[in-house]
Amino acid sequence: MANSGHAAHEGHDDHHGAPKSFWQRWVVTTNHKDIGTLYLIFAGVMFFVGGLMALVIRAELFQPGLQFVDPMFFNSMTTMHALAMIFGAVMPAWVGLANWMIPLQVGAPDMALPRMNNFSFWIMPFAFTLLLSTLFTGSGAPAGGWTLYPPLSLQGGDSFPMAIFAIHMMGASSIMGAINVIVTIMNMRAPGMTLLRMPLFCWTWLITAYLLILVMPVLAGAVTMLLTDHFFGTSFFSAAGGGDPVMYQHIFWFFGHPEVYILILPAFGVVSEIIPAFSRKPLFGYESMVYASASIGFLSFIVWAHHMFTVGMPLAGQLFFMLTTMLIAVPTGVKVFNWSATMWKGSLSFEPPMLFAVAFLFLFTIGGFSGLMLSIVPADFQYQDSYFVVAHFHYVLVPGAIFAIMAGIYYWLPKWSGHMYNMSLAKWHFWLSTIFVNVLFFPQHFLGLAGMPRRIPDYSVQFADWNMVSSIGAFGFGLSQLLMPYLVWQCVRGGAAAKAKAWEGARGLEWEVPSPAPYHTWETAPDEATIIHASPTGH
Amino acid sequence: MSSKSDSHDASTYYVPHGSPWPILGSVALFTLMIGAVSFMNEWAGGWSFLPGALLLAFMFFGWFTTVINENEQGMYNLQVDKSFRMGMMWFIMSELMFFAAFFGALFYARQLSVPWIGGDGVKIFNKLLLWQDFNAAWPTNGPAKLGGHADHSFETIKAFSLPAINTAILLTSGVTITIAHHALREGNRKVLGYALAATWMLGFLFVYLQGTEYHEAYTELGLKLSTGIYGSTFFMLTGFHGLHVSIGAIMLFIIWLRCMRGHFTPTRHFAFEAVAWYWHFVDVVWLVLFVFVYWI
Ligand code: HEM
Ligand SMILES: [Cu+2]
Repeated sequence: MANSGHAAHEGHDDHHGAPKSFWQRWVVTTNHKDIGTLYLIFAGVMFFVGGLMALVIRAELFQPGLQFVDPMFFNSMTTMHALAMIFGAVMPAWVGLANWMIPLQVGAPDMALPRMNNFSFWIMPFAFTLLLSTLFTGSGAPAGGWTLYPPLSLQGGDSFPMAIFAIHMMGASSIMGAINVIVTIMNMRAPGMTLLRMPLFCWTWLITAYLLILVMPVLAGAVTMLLTDHFFGTSFFSAAGGGDPVMYQHIFWFFGHPEVYILILPAFGVVSEIIPAFSRKPLFGYESMVYASASIGFLSFIVWAHHMFTVGMPLAGQLFFMLTTMLIAVPTGVKVFNWSATMWKGSLSFEPPMLFAVAFLFLFTIGGFSGLMLSIVPADFQYQDSYFVVAHFHYVLVPGAIFAIMAGIYYWLPKWSGHMYNMSLAKWHFWLSTIFVNVLFFPQHFLGLAGMPRRIPDYSVQFADWNMVSSIGAFGFGLSQLLMPYLVWQCVRGGAAAKAKAWEGARGLEWEVPSPAPYHTWETAPDEATIIHASPTGH
Repeated sequence: MSSKSDSHDASTYYVPHGSPWPILGSVALFTLMIGAVSFMNEWAGGWSFLPGALLLAFMFFGWFTTVINENEQGMYNLQVDKSFRMGMMWFIMSELMFFAAFFGALFYARQLSVPWIGGDGVKIFNKLLLWQDFNAAWPTNGPAKLGGHADHSFETIKAFSLPAINTAILLTSGVTITIAHHALREGNRKVLGYALAATWMLGFLFVYLQGTEYHEAYTELGLKLSTGIYGSTFFMLTGFHGLHVSIGAIMLFIIWLRCMRGHFTPTRHFAFEAVAWYWHFVDVVWLVLFVFVYWI
């Protein structure tokens, strides 16, 4: 019996190469590379869907007055844009990169739980079908903001339960994805791949996965309470029954702040791979990077109420959350210092991944600084719900998380496709993105400081100039992004052959397998010498 | 049938072949959600909840059958076994966090929002201006006295009545499952069968008694889901817990059937252990619940 089982297992075609049929290859697949590709494609589609919504917003804000859309639809756009970008674009892009790279980097044949991996991907398109179809309901898509604060969100129409259930599905998908990452890293590392020989991308993703498991269920709980408050007469968020709408905010931000680190921690990992590769030096302070990431992960659980300074919290609460928030700047500073020190006296070259990584370094730091300003309670009283907050989180998310995703794609694309891509087109993509992202978001700091509120379709005329600049930046940025799918498509179809080690300074086990990476890798684990040779510290 | 990990070299990991169950599961979830949405929005499609639920059940059944068969054919080595274990542990962790959200709501209401509504500290104006005749005390259905009897009053369930019996039942089931586990490890299949049967029966008994408690709450005590914040936290916490006990009891029942069919060996019985962990998890949640929801 055991023998026949063995024979059947050997007989599967997935042991030799990619299966031929579409169904086998893309629908029921258990291959981490194919699932990674699916995730990345999905994220790319959602990036453009969310981007289109952003352009609707910026078109409306190009001039004061109401031009294109009615206010309700405008609010739907801000809400849906955020949900699509956070849950549809950035998170799945990270899971896609994790799928592709973590097994390669730890020397494992696949993710630990490959069928569940498939499940966590396939939930996503269905969840987003549910969410996006709210646009076609009579009452329109959710318009109460991505944070779904009651009592406003409870006044939503038919779209309300659809959004809630879509969030439940996304949460289930994220939790399964996170479990897979943890188990892969903790159980599937090749012998000799000690934790401190792992690339930082694995480390930061490991911490991200812990955060996901701890907070996604809390979001599920929060939106479940919204649902029962709306449909089943509970009073969690209604003072009349003894509840409190502010309680929702606490529960939501207990999820929400770790969530923003879920979006950015893998970015720290990617940048920590790319900067050493193109500085041709090992990462400065590898271990301190690990500890800094872990402290950020921990601290992210005790800062949540900095999103709620103006709700009327007790003074002690405000002080506590102000101080803990400022504390995050310490490990973040360690990271920025280490990246800079890695580049110091390195022999730098500026290929597209490095360009994006360096831009990340500068521009993410700007977002960190505005974050620090926001963490000061009396200052936040002024900034809260203004465009200054919008500028802050877009700096950390667009030239932060999204640039890091692009850096990662440009870094690993030769490994995936086996081809080098069009470098000058990629540099065009970089420069256009970097210029326009600043044209787009930098003026929003001024608007916010001058008092322009967020989430409004119309504004008073003194804000007109910078809004116009910002909208021009938005369309420039949006259009520039079309270069990327074109470039990727071109690269997949052909181009100069990529070497196994596509970048001479690159480290990591992924560069020890041929390019393109074969359909199955590390079926026999790499030996210790290879692991040491490829480790980020070189020992 | 008997050989397990030995048919595989420990250095090769079993990467399972593709399987239609996940995509089927996604379709099932989607159908289920459409049904739930239609039901809540009072649309016509509420019936699709049923095929969705059935499909989901079918998916679980099919997926687990595949895995069990593969395991019985000895395709999983110890490393796969460990992946399953870790996966289950982190799944339980995520479940704990789900309950944490609702416990958080309970503590927040009891410690903060209810006193504030009653005018505690700097919130004194709530008392002076908004709700003069509301006195903060737990249990409460809020200043508007939502739900409850016709006069808006309600009663709670005494901790040392049925809930205490239910506590005893769950704790006993924790003992019986441990007995079953020891029996399994010692190869004593007879004790295994009895102890496990006792466990799932106790589980269903718990659910039944919880049902009678709910019935009493609704018909006699004026305690409903809509009875202000007390009713909300009470029913959501005990309700989700009861749901988990039901799932756990069903899983125990299936594991029991498998034991009856001769599955599991004294050394390899991950599925048994996973269900046992799950059972301990619902046990622990219940203890916290008993203390904070019923008792103090
Ligand atoms: C040094 C680190 C950071 C600090 C001190 C910080 C601080 C803050 C504060 C105080 C707010 C609330 C502002 C308000 O609503 O009045 C805020 C909002 C926000 N932050 Fe940060 N932040 C930091 C890093 C990040 C990172 C890394 C991300 C994501 C990648 C991020 C994403 C956001 C988002 C999305 C919001 C707005 C949420 C909303 O209201 O819709 N922040 N930040
Ligand atoms: Cu925050």
